[in-house]
Amino acid sequence: MTLFYLFAAVAVLTSLLVIAQRNPVYSVLLLIASFGALSGLYVLLDAPFAAVIQIIVYAGAIMVLFLFVVMLLNAPHEDTQYDERVHPLLRPGPMRFGAALALLLVVELVWALSSGAPNEQFGPTPVVSVAMIGKSLFTTYAFQFEVTSVLILVAMVGAVLMARREPRADARREGR
Amino acid sequence: MLPVIVGQIAMFVVVLLGLVHAAAGMVWVERKEAARMQQRVGPTRVGPAGLLQPFADVLKLLFKENLRPAAADVLLFYIAPLICAATAFAAFAVVPIGPETTIFGLFDEPLKLQVADVNVAVLVVFAIASMGVYGIVLAGWASNSKYSLLGGLRSSAQMISYELSYGLSLVGVLILANSMSITDIVHAQGASLLGIPSARWFVFLQPLGFLIFMTAGIAETNRAPFDFPEAEQELVAGYHTEYSSMAFALFFLAEYINMVTVSAVATDLFLGGWYFPFVPVSFGWLVFLAKVGALLFFYVWMRWTLPRYRYDQLMSFGWKILLPASVINLLVTAAAVLYFGL
Repeated sequence: MTLFYLFAAVAVLTSLLVIAQRNPVYSVLLLIASFGALSGLYVLLDAPFAAVIQIIVYAGAIMVLFLFVVMLLNAPHEDTQYDERVHPLLRPGPMRFGAALALLLVVELVWALSSGAPNEQFGPTPVVSVAMIGKSLFTTYAFQFEVTSVLILVAMVGAVLMARREPRADARREGR
Repeated sequence: MLPVIVGQIAMFVVVLLGLVHAAAGMVWVERKEAARMQQRVGPTRVGPAGLLQPFADVLKLLFKENLRPAAADVLLFYIAPLICAATAFAAFAVVPIGPETTIFGLFDEPLKLQVADVNVAVLVVFAIASMGVYGIVLAGWASNSKYSLLGGLRSSAQMISYELSYGLSLVGVLILANSMSITDIVHAQGASLLGIPSARWFVFLQPLGFLIFMTAGIAETNRAPFDFPEAEQELVAGYHTEYSSMAFALFFLAEYINMVTVSAVATDLFLGGWYFPFVPVSFGWLVFLAKVGALLFFYVWMRWTLPRYRYDQLMSFGWKILLPASVINLLVTAAAVLYFGL
């Protein structure tokens, strides 16, 4: 239980610091630390596979790309175009929407925690071994699994389409 | 008769010191071998045949002034080499170096010759290796120098590209061994196939997988012919241009320890670990060390034989040849296991 509170405290603290940071590179690093603490929580839940995948996929692959982008944009400090003393809800356009969403999330969290969390197990047997995870992915959750993969495929096609340069358009602009 | 916990603590110390000395030894072998291939003699002054040269180098580095660029990010500048060194050491924790043994009855229970036996050990090696990228990227960024930044960016691009093939090349082995524990995978290679001893080594059942693993492993450890992060003609010294003294030594140490780890993992997963025909299993750890040494020698050989790739060649090779090859290898292996039940 001590370990749980240790990991949970690290996860919450680093997540808070991610948004309290002005330097985006530090934000990325703190998010990685937060993922590390989450992975520790998975180990405590007897799910070593999920823990290691969390590190490999999120901390090891996705966050490297984040860091890559942050470093290439070379934005050492966030530019604030508004007066920082103004209340978040009174700030212009998208920021007000974001603040409203955050408020909604807090309300939901408080409501979910205060309405008494159901204290039941996830299934008849906890999914521990890699073989069991694979089996349940391809039998019980096959539909959800395939839907997710189609979603990822759509995102990939979209990314390729957006990154592709139109050779004809370039030529036309140059007057050839 | 000692309790087994003493052995486990001793194992921890042995692995830690062993890795440091393996790195020092590799520096000596590398310099000697480079000299031999270029018809020189290499280090000869410090100790017999220059054997103490690496230790003299470390002493020299320790007494050097620790310089830091004025505009560097202080915290990250000093954390980066620590990340590199820590991940290099940590990855070896799950690699077994021999069969369970009581060391001639010294312990009352058989002792596992590894620091931690994890049932997803193969994945743990990958997870820790993927964290090692941060040390290099942050070193490049925190130095606030163009050469360092370019070196760091190159290395992260290279490591992301080759990590995919690195991981996929192993899945064939995992399917054949039906386990993710490195100890179980080694045990799966102990039996003979059709009466031929050591024919179940996965290097024979997965030759393409082994080739891809070693290629991607060399790219992952930033060694020639894939040593772009420190391509000296273009980038001075890459990500560690601005580092001096012990911080530089930590990067150096991490690079050599990573080589040892990749060789040890390759030995356990493909070359039959501690099994060798006609050698009793009680001498397993010696067999294991010999195999790792052979692979490390191969690393040195490669470096002084092959010229460096061009950067775009490296990228297109990784994505257009290595990755499709590893996917095909995985498909063929899975189909073979399904239909023939190997």
